[in-house]
Amino acid sequence: MSGAQDRGLDVALDHRLGDFHLQAEFSATEGLTVLFGRSGSGKTTLVNAVAGLLRPQSGRIAVDGTVLVDTARGIWRPPHRRRVGYVFQDARLFPHLTVRQNLLYGRRFAPCEGAPRLDDVVGMLGIGALLSRRPAALSGGEKQRVAIGRALLANPALILADEPLAALDEPRKAEILPYFERLREVTRTPILYVSHAPGEVARLASTVVVLEAGRVIRCGPAAEVLSDPAVTPAGIRGVGAVLQARIRTHHEDGLTELEAGGQRLFLPRVAQAPGTLVRVRVAAQDVILSREAPRGLSALNILPGRIDAVRAGEGPGALVTLDTAAGRILARVTRRSAEALGLAPGTPCHAVIKTVSIAREDVGAAAPRQSS
Amino acid sequence: MGWLGPEEWRAVALSLRVSFWATLVALPLGLFTAYALARWRFPGKQLLNGLVHLPLILPPVVTGYLLLAVLGTRAPLGAFLQDLGITFAFRWTGAALAAGIMGFPLMVRAMRLSIEAVDTRLEEAAATLGASRGVVFATVTLPLILPGVLTGAILAFAKAMGEFGATITFVSNIPGQTQTLPSAIYAFLQVPGGEAAALRLVLVAVAVAMSALLLSEWLSQRVARRIAGT
Repeated sequence: MSGAQDRGLDVALDHRLGDFHLQAEFSATEGLTVLFGRSGSGKTTLVNAVAGLLRPQSGRIAVDGTVLVDTARGIWRPPHRRRVGYVFQDARLFPHLTVRQNLLYGRRFAPCEGAPRLDDVVGMLGIGALLSRRPAALSGGEKQRVAIGRALLANPALILADEPLAALDEPRKAEILPYFERLREVTRTPILYVSHAPGEVARLASTVVVLEAGRVIRCGPAAEVLSDPAVTPAGIRGVGAVLQARIRTHHEDGLTELEAGGQRLFLPRVAQAPGTLVRVRVAAQDVILSREAPRGLSALNILPGRIDAVRAGEGPGALVTLDTAAGRILARVTRRSAEALGLAPGTPCHAVIKTVSIAREDVGAAAPRQSS
Repeated sequence: MGWLGPEEWRAVALSLRVSFWATLVALPLGLFTAYALARWRFPGKQLLNGLVHLPLILPPVVTGYLLLAVLGTRAPLGAFLQDLGITFAFRWTGAALAAGIMGFPLMVRAMRLSIEAVDTRLEEAAATLGASRGVVFATVTLPLILPGVLTGAILAFAKAMGEFGATITFVSNIPGQTQTLPSAIYAFLQVPGGEAAALRLVLVAVAVAMSALLLSEWLSQRVARRIAGT
């Protein structure tokens, strides 16, 4: 028991529900940990167990060394004594209270020490104009922002977010995502964030915990886990690499030039200022491989590298991992071309990325480095 | 109240007093029963449900007779309570008890429906924010079921104002003691020349019933508007 770290979240659970068997164990420290997996993989069950809305048959959960549940020792803390700030998928604002009353609901139960100020939270979330309204008069995105503020103002020891964007349309998602990025940067409170969208994970996660059929199949830093071809919770289409890049300049023809590990990348104009560190997601299916340096191609982004692994999947496809100066790149090719090109570990190779194929919503502000 | 005679006025005042106390005492009991029926699982739940609804189905005279049999001065429980200084039979308190029991099913029904309509996920959200179960009930559940609680209370009050059969059986028809508005109307109709007085009381009864109905509509609309955020 003493081996568990004091900061962050420790989870070890065993819970059966009909045919479903959740058997998960992981630790999460500071920053934003994404629980990643298909629907039905047990993500919500796990988060509800952490929040105390579900009583696990056996297991132990601790936050910052405080034991919330330990079935072996007969410890069970009811939800209201757990200090978790839960942001639900469906906001769950109290309809009979104003936005201000909703925001302050948890305050009277929370310890004052280190509690965020209402003005700061309202300012960060941009909800100052909504304070006297009631939830029925808010848009979906506004509701979710108020829900985030409500959870923060309860001064939680841990923030839980269960697919907080899933019920929103694309523009609203783009509206809310930056707030979670801000949250990850400004708060020292660990965040456990449930998602099944690879784009969201790439943008937000410091650590990724991959859940499949109730079990943790991978756990590690985001860039590492997401570029692991064995991790395909969202199907083969979801596989992609995450590169750290710095914005160099915005060109007049609508392109933004970035630099990653000495390599140049071009993207359609992104909003961030030059000098900003961003994450770029490159989906495996948007990458073409070439043994020689390609000439006369319309593609702007060509990264030289060396093949790390070739994995044949089910069907005609193969997934190639390529180490480049910019970072690890994943490419999905047919098995036939992999053989024709003689792709094998150690082979030098070029990854061709179509500029237009880097989706804009996959460009996000990078997490601060641990060292800085 | 120039147009009501003293005897008529006494009947109206007594009815208001009886209905007020019947509703007030039934309110917490009704809320508790409705909550238990809506949310909890316990052995004998169907039995409790049946018991609560019994006064709605039984002939009122039967309910009155059962009350008399249990709480009459010669019944064991009634005698025991009388030793403690609590008498129901042939007192206005007995009229209030009979009225309360007759209105109870209506009250519980309205409250139960509104409790079942509450989204329990809101209560979960409140719990994660640090509210204990009691606080969750007071700050989330109760405000959300307020229209149902008010409707239940007003229905029970209106029922108490009109209750006749169980009341007259249990506490009889003593002017100034147990002669409620319906009993007074009945009594006036039994004597020659009493029709005018009866008619005046009928008008009062109609006015009270209509006011109660309008008040309940107005209150629940107000609460609904508040929740709708306009």
